[in-house]
Amino acid sequence: MLHVLLVFSPLAGAAIAGLFGRLIGDRASQLVTCGLMALSALCAIIGLRQLGEEPYTVPLFTWMLVDGFAVDWALRVDTLSTVMMFVVSCISFLIHVYSIGYMAHDDSIPRFFAYLSFFTFAMLMLVTSDNLLQLYFGWEGVGVASYLLIGFWYTRPSACAAAIKAFIVNRVGDFGLALGVAATFFIFDSISYDEIFRAAPRFADTQLAIFGASFDTLTLICVLLFVGAIGKSAQLPLHTWLPDAMEGPTPVSALIHAATMVTAGVFLVARFSPLFEYAPEAQALVTAIGASTAFFAATVGLVQNDIKRVIAYSTCSQLGYMFAAAGVGAYAAGIFHLYTHAFFKALLFLGAGSVIHAMSDEQDMRRMGGIWRKLPLTYAAMWIGTLALVGFPGTSGFFSKDAIIEATFAAHAPFAGYAFGLLVLAAVLTAFYSGRLMFLTFHGDPRADAHTMEHVHESPPVMIVPLVLLALGALLAGWVGRDMLDPEGRFWAGAIVTLPDNRVLEEMHHVPTVVKLAPLFALVLGLGLSWLFYVRSPQLPNQLAGRLRPLYRFLLEKWYFDELYDALFVRPALALGRILWRGFDLGVIDRFGPDGVAVATLAAARRAVRLQTGYVYHYAFAMLIGIVALLSWYLFVVRG
Amino acid sequence: MTDWPLLSLVTFLPLVGAAFILFIRGEPDIVAQNSRAVALWTALVTFLLSLLVWVHFDPAQPGFQLVERAPWLSGLGIDYHMGVDGISLWFVLLSTLLTLVCVIGSWYSVTERVKEYMVAFLVMDTLMVGVFCAIDLVLFYLFFEGILIPMYLIIGIWGGPRRIYAAFKFFLYTLAGSVLFLVALIVLYLEAGTTSIPHLLTAKIDPTVQKWLWLAMFASFAVKVPMWPFHTWLPDAHVEAPTAGSVLLAGVLLKLGGYGFLRFSLPMLPEASQFFAPLVFALSIVAIVYTSLVALAQTDMKKLIAYSSVAHMGIVTIGIFTPNALGIAGSIVQMLSHGFVSAALFMVVGVVYDRIHSRDIEAYGGLAERMPVYATVFMLFMLASVGLPGTSGFVGEILVIVGAFQHNAWVAALAATGTILGAAYMLWLYRRVVFGALVKDSLAAIRDLRPNEILAFAPLVLLALVMGVYPQFFLAPMAVSVAAVLERFSAAAGGLALR
Repeated sequence: MLHVLLVFSPLAGAAIAGLFGRLIGDRASQLVTCGLMALSALCAIIGLRQLGEEPYTVPLFTWMLVDGFAVDWALRVDTLSTVMMFVVSCISFLIHVYSIGYMAHDDSIPRFFAYLSFFTFAMLMLVTSDNLLQLYFGWEGVGVASYLLIGFWYTRPSACAAAIKAFIVNRVGDFGLALGVAATFFIFDSISYDEIFRAAPRFADTQLAIFGASFDTLTLICVLLFVGAIGKSAQLPLHTWLPDAMEGPTPVSALIHAATMVTAGVFLVARFSPLFEYAPEAQALVTAIGASTAFFAATVGLVQNDIKRVIAYSTCSQLGYMFAAAGVGAYAAGIFHLYTHAFFKALLFLGAGSVIHAMSDEQDMRRMGGIWRKLPLTYAAMWIGTLALVGFPGTSGFFSKDAIIEATFAAHAPFAGYAFGLLVLAAVLTAFYSGRLMFLTFHGDPRADAHTMEHVHESPPVMIVPLVLLALGALLAGWVGRDMLDPEGRFWAGAIVTLPDNRVLEEMHHVPTVVKLAPLFALVLGLGLSWLFYVRSPQLPNQLAGRLRPLYRFLLEKWYFDELYDALFVRPALALGRILWRGFDLGVIDRFGPDGVAVATLAAARRAVRLQTGYVYHYAFAMLIGIVALLSWYLFVVRG
Repeated sequence: MTDWPLLSLVTFLPLVGAAFILFIRGEPDIVAQNSRAVALWTALVTFLLSLLVWVHFDPAQPGFQLVERAPWLSGLGIDYHMGVDGISLWFVLLSTLLTLVCVIGSWYSVTERVKEYMVAFLVMDTLMVGVFCAIDLVLFYLFFEGILIPMYLIIGIWGGPRRIYAAFKFFLYTLAGSVLFLVALIVLYLEAGTTSIPHLLTAKIDPTVQKWLWLAMFASFAVKVPMWPFHTWLPDAHVEAPTAGSVLLAGVLLKLGGYGFLRFSLPMLPEASQFFAPLVFALSIVAIVYTSLVALAQTDMKKLIAYSSVAHMGIVTIGIFTPNALGIAGSIVQMLSHGFVSAALFMVVGVVYDRIHSRDIEAYGGLAERMPVYATVFMLFMLASVGLPGTSGFVGEILVIVGAFQHNAWVAALAATGTILGAAYMLWLYRRVVFGALVKDSLAAIRDLRPNEILAFAPLVLLALVMGVYPQFFLAPMAVSVAAVLERFSAAAGGLALR
């Protein structure tokens, strides 16, 4: 009952605000959705007492049952889903409250809150799924919610384009996930987690002949599922939608980046640890993609000028850390980072929102600066978020990020060394771009016009209180949740499965001191450099950009992925569509088919005996001739 | 109650209503108003009666139920023979519901020759219900071909400017199919010595003869579905048809092809169906990828949705010829779902066409500002069309993909690409019509849905959601019938079909 309330009260909120929002008004819509979200968050906090207990499932009702394909709507409660529910509900509640202030001047408040609540509901269904198809429901549910929210300001062409891009790029990943579902049923005759996980050891090291080749069974399934994760969690090469997603209102970015949506991929890999453990090649792929994305996104984050875009790339990069951890077998470290990241990333986005709010909707950092005295609370909160992001000792990010870097060093898995190198490098870059963001936004001389500067003001309490609570989370969550990294796995109580020879959580404590200190060096180096570049000698960045023009362009244009995809997929698809339609449908089929026949018949009819024209006669006549011809053929040839 | 000839009642009640309308005389306005009222009541009572069919249907029992049989052309052994099984039951309900929706939806939008219009739709109702209830070859054929006449008239009289071309194209395509189908039926009769479908379902037919019969039937069904490359009549027919004509064309008439495969090809010609399954898969995959790409290039809203129909029906034909219950059940669910989703999408186009008189995507943009209810309804069906989980569009699609994967992973993978392309063209359509800023002067005064339009959409909205969340409601009663079809079909493969 607790969990039914937890999951379905956001849906109720969405339905009430969505259907009756016009009727009950803005204020009531806000109260209903926030109230029900508070109830959900409360249930999630109460639900924490379940940590470490036996897992159980709350069955709801049958979704579909065809032959052996049995799918239920059900809520699975175990340690992993409890942690996820806690993160999703609590962060989402704070974002709901913040939105009351942030969206106060919007015209469509009920619609916004309905979408937010629906988004949360879809994510909750995803994390509590007990079978792959319900996961898929949540998976696509968050996809459509993000589409609606990114395109919330639908009159802006850029918002519409970003919304469509998010949905379609996600669909590419979902394509892999759908095939993963089909393949899972093919192998296991079931798509329920319990049965899959129970049977997984039997399929270790077996071969499967499919797609005209032979594959390792579990590797194939894991790779297909991971394709879904790549799309949802914005990893290379399906990352392009996430930075554009900041076209939505800022609370939406916070929700997408912190609580819902992008973390789903990491969750999926952790949830399927019982399979990934038997699929080292798939794990290697996860590590390689995660580490590469962590590095790639950090490089792009270095040069972006939009404050939200910088944070967006940092999410991409941090998700890469989580995948790298999961890939080397430290799923717990990945989920731990997911949990701490949720707090400080929500904090950073909402802080950025507070800045944007104060700056009259300005998002370009080149037109900010010198405002920290006017926004002291936001400024402090943003620093806390930044320090957590760069892993400053004592903050939540310190616990989780260091754990990941150490795990990649300690692990013996393929690509672990590659991951370690890139992650340390990315840590330097993270510290640099985070420092750059803070210095450009808050310090130096004001670069906004006088009119904007006059209006700069601290945000109202309804926005500041969530910031303060998130700041507390960003400081303390790591220390509170450090049990997640228990090498014996007592915390997870079987929700994350590791094989006996996977000792990475133990071994990561025995890495050389220099490795333990590496993140700290990276932090000092990165922040120091950014201070040098943006406080000490602000002319340096331009000089450097001028000298390294091609590299700067390359990074600014995000390694040209969008241009590449446009040239490879989007334009060819449109062109092909036009060619097939004009060329083949009209040019070949119609020309030689019906139009040709029509011309021929009409010509014949004119010359033939003066039949009364009219299709019905043609019809009857042709029918008769056809029957006679075929019947005679049949009787004489076949029977004869 | 069960002693009543319920199926005949559902079938012929609309015809009685149509006859009644023909006798209405008087002032044109009053005739129009009365015709509408009679049509509405007839369609409503027919729909309610068809619900009784559902009430009396026993899902656990195999074979045909509510059977009525009377000697008809006794010299030839041809009977008036009606009955429903777990498959046809749903198509009967779909037909009666969509007729009702059509009458409500065209309450204000049709102002010319209202009397004849309503008669045409009631006659359609009779023929559609009849074709799904008939379990005698001759009776089936009469209904099956008879449907074309009112549809031809609906396009030809109430259609757009190029209606003659469209109707002629429609006619040419169906011509070849009809002739061959008739021949196939005659041969079937000669082979098996009966026209009773229940008997034919257990008849053994020589595999070589099966192949010829299969091809002859294929010619008819493939045009109806329509399968690539027999699809080019569909965009033209839809574009020229009035809204309600498109609703029945997409909602019910396209299903005749799929129903034909399920009722005739699979169980009566199982060996041939096995033999030709790869051909069907190939054409279906081409249909999905090809028509999705073509849909991307469309500038006409109705054409775009028509092409999307071809792609969706590609999933259906893959499912039908997949030798497992997932594929077949999935294809039926997909047909039903397409029945209300594409019907609703054509109504969505019809709503703005009534107001602006353009189907050109370019003529719109920013409708969300003036038409929030419309935007919501459109959004829902757009998402159902792209197969979002939780809507009806997802259930059939995933069942077919999972089912096909068991049989041939390549078929499943290629079919699944349609989900990506489908999202692309539908989202883009929605973006261009509903999103964006409302800047065109012609749209400045456009009004949101009228009550009768909301009423017409309401049952379809409900069904799209119920079927998405609780498809078991539909799947459970069809299970026994699906198993029966499957048994014949997969037995032909000698166990090979069941992996």
